[in-house]
Amino acid sequence: MSTLEIKDLQVSVSTDDGPKEILKGVTLTIKDNETHAIMGPNGSGKSTLAYSIAGHPKYDITGGTVTLDGEDVLAMSVDERARAGLFLAMQYPVEVPGVSVANFLRTAKTAIDGEAPKLRTWVKDVNAAMGQLNLDPTFSQRNVNEGFSGGEKKRHEIAQLELLNPKVAILDETDSGLDIDALKIVSEGVNRYREQEGKGVLLITHYTRILRYIEPDYVHVFVDGKIADQGGPELADALEAEGYDRYIKANATPA
Amino acid sequence: MTVTDAARESVTSGLEQDKKDGHLSVSHLNPPPSYDLADHPAPTGREEIWRFTPLKRLRGILDGEASDATLTWDTTLPDGVTLTTISQAEAREIGELAPNDRPSALAAELSGGARLIDVPAEAEIAEPIVIRLHGESVDDLVWSQLVLRVGKFATATVVLVHTGSARYSATTSVLVGDGAMVNVVSLQDWDDDAVHLGRDSILVGRDAEVKHTAITFGGDVVRLNANVEYAAPGGSAELLGLYFADEGQHLEHRLFADHNQPKTKSNVLYKGALQGEKAHTVWIGNVLIRKVAEGIETYEENRNLVLTDGCQADSVPNLEIETGEIEGAGHASATARFDDEQLFYLRSRGVSEKEARRLVLRGFFNDLIRRVGVPSLEEQLTTTVEEELARNVLKTDQ
Ligand SMILES: Nc1ncnc2c1ncn2[C@@H]1O[C@H](COP(=O)(O)OP(=O)(O)O)[C@@H](O)[C@H]1O
Ligand SMILES: [Mg+2]
Repeated sequence: MSTLEIKDLQVSVSTDDGPKEILKGVTLTIKDNETHAIMGPNGSGKSTLAYSIAGHPKYDITGGTVTLDGEDVLAMSVDERARAGLFLAMQYPVEVPGVSVANFLRTAKTAIDGEAPKLRTWVKDVNAAMGQLNLDPTFSQRNVNEGFSGGEKKRHEIAQLELLNPKVAILDETDSGLDIDALKIVSEGVNRYREQEGKGVLLITHYTRILRYIEPDYVHVFVDGKIADQGGPELADALEAEGYDRYIKANATPA
Repeated sequence: MTVTDAARESVTSGLEQDKKDGHLSVSHLNPPPSYDLADHPAPTGREEIWRFTPLKRLRGILDGEASDATLTWDTTLPDGVTLTTISQAEAREIGELAPNDRPSALAAELSGGARLIDVPAEAEIAEPIVIRLHGESVDDLVWSQLVLRVGKFATATVVLVHTGSARYSATTSVLVGDGAMVNVVSLQDWDDDAVHLGRDSILVGRDAEVKHTAITFGGDVVRLNANVEYAAPGGSAELLGLYFADEGQHLEHRLFADHNQPKTKSNVLYKGALQGEKAHTVWIGNVLIRKVAEGIETYEENRNLVLTDGCQADSVPNLEIETGEIEGAGHASATARFDDEQLFYLRSRGVSEKEARRLVLRGFFNDLIRRVGVPSLEEQLTTTVEEELARNVLKTDQ
């Protein structure tokens, strides 16, 4: 069982001109076995939502709550959130020079499980995950995200999703910059993950393309730091046809 | 925190000097070599080569008192390698490299004789030659003179390990025969109060390959020079360094690659970490490309990772170029703190802050440790780096 509950979340970042409000009250609940898509134009605050849930220090939470199965996520440190079962596939994965993928994955798995994985099964699991995501076997020896192509970075994020197997996965534009083959491979990985019992997915995307491969249960339209509309998968089709203009215009109309 | 990253190029000042003197026979960055102590007067601290060094903390070494104290020597000499004691005159005769600063000039004057390690021509010594040097007390003033001679086409690895304490001033010459391959590692694992002034000068034979690594963890003040020059064209030198300065330590590494022959190479990488109040590191990378040195390649890089407030990392690459006919010359110098984005990424995968810092630090030194090329040292170095980190950064859990 896993429920991620976001209530009236307000977030700002500090800028040279003082704090800038980015999220203006976001409410969203992701229950067991649900996939929610968040779609919105660039700059609407999608990554801010993802990072705020993961606990990135750049974002100040000025109001609202986030709970995972009733536990206060906002009171947890970044690593506690991950150990509680949250996972963020990042839009821009970070290079960690000198740290091999193999070492990184083993360290993360050990941290999440609270004990080192059994060597034999672990090596098999890693090789299987790499293989399914079409990552070369030598990939494990490379340094984390260093010199990876855009596609490799995203596939590596999904390999981590499968190996760490969290309760709730937040995928921040995992589809952007992928060609169609890579998009299919990544989508299959996400689908393998969510086929398991009780997993939640928050799929953030700018385009509807990925929703053909990962069908959402709910679609939320995100504009200017708020959810502007929500519905079922059919809402994605409407967005495909009409784009975000309608919402942006509505948003620009003086209240 | 004060982090000065005094990167500057003195190409222009070098060229101006050039014009003034008509020609530039000696680098203005490094005083000319000389055994005459009058050429190396006691420094005031304003000299280019002394401006970073805390003279008051040298415990009077530069006064040049005579002393016959020694470090204890414990050596592992593989078959075929000899260790003998020779006179100062003999050291000069076999071509040791003359001192180029006051501590090395004093060491050459006051050592009472030099130790000579000889690797005969064409010998392939697989096992490292290990020299463990131990000092009993900082009250002991020790002058030391060492010559490592590696014959033509020979292969050897020499590891010098310094432990304990002393006021230690050493001048070392590494004479590398044509086509030889030599790897020299100097590990400074001193107690907290030691003062070590060292000068390693390397003469690279035709087509020879030399690697020299300085690894400094311990000591109150450690100031090391690694100099390289070439006896003939075609030689290449890799100068590596790893240092970790704690509270109050002054660790200074000075490089001088003198490209005095055509078609020679130098490649420098020094990496350091600093933690604790008044931890101070200095890295000076001097490279001189003389007029004759056509077709050379040089690259030097220094990276520092500042782990806490109150540290200072000085980093000064200097490139003097007298010829336009070079293959490549470059340098890089950077001083940074732990990268918050890297730590966030690791922690977002469940890794604790402590462990994330350990991973990043290990990663920072990883490429360097691998390049040292002494497998038996690799693990020990990684462990030592992590123990150093544990001494400060990791104990302050937030
Ligand atoms: N450090 C910052 N300083 C100022 N503005 C920022 C900062 N970080 C993000 N923003 C702004 O917040 C808004 C939302 O950004 P983001 O969450 O990345 O949007 P999205 O992921 O939807 O493209 C953008 O307008 C962006 O410019
Ligand atoms: Mg974004």
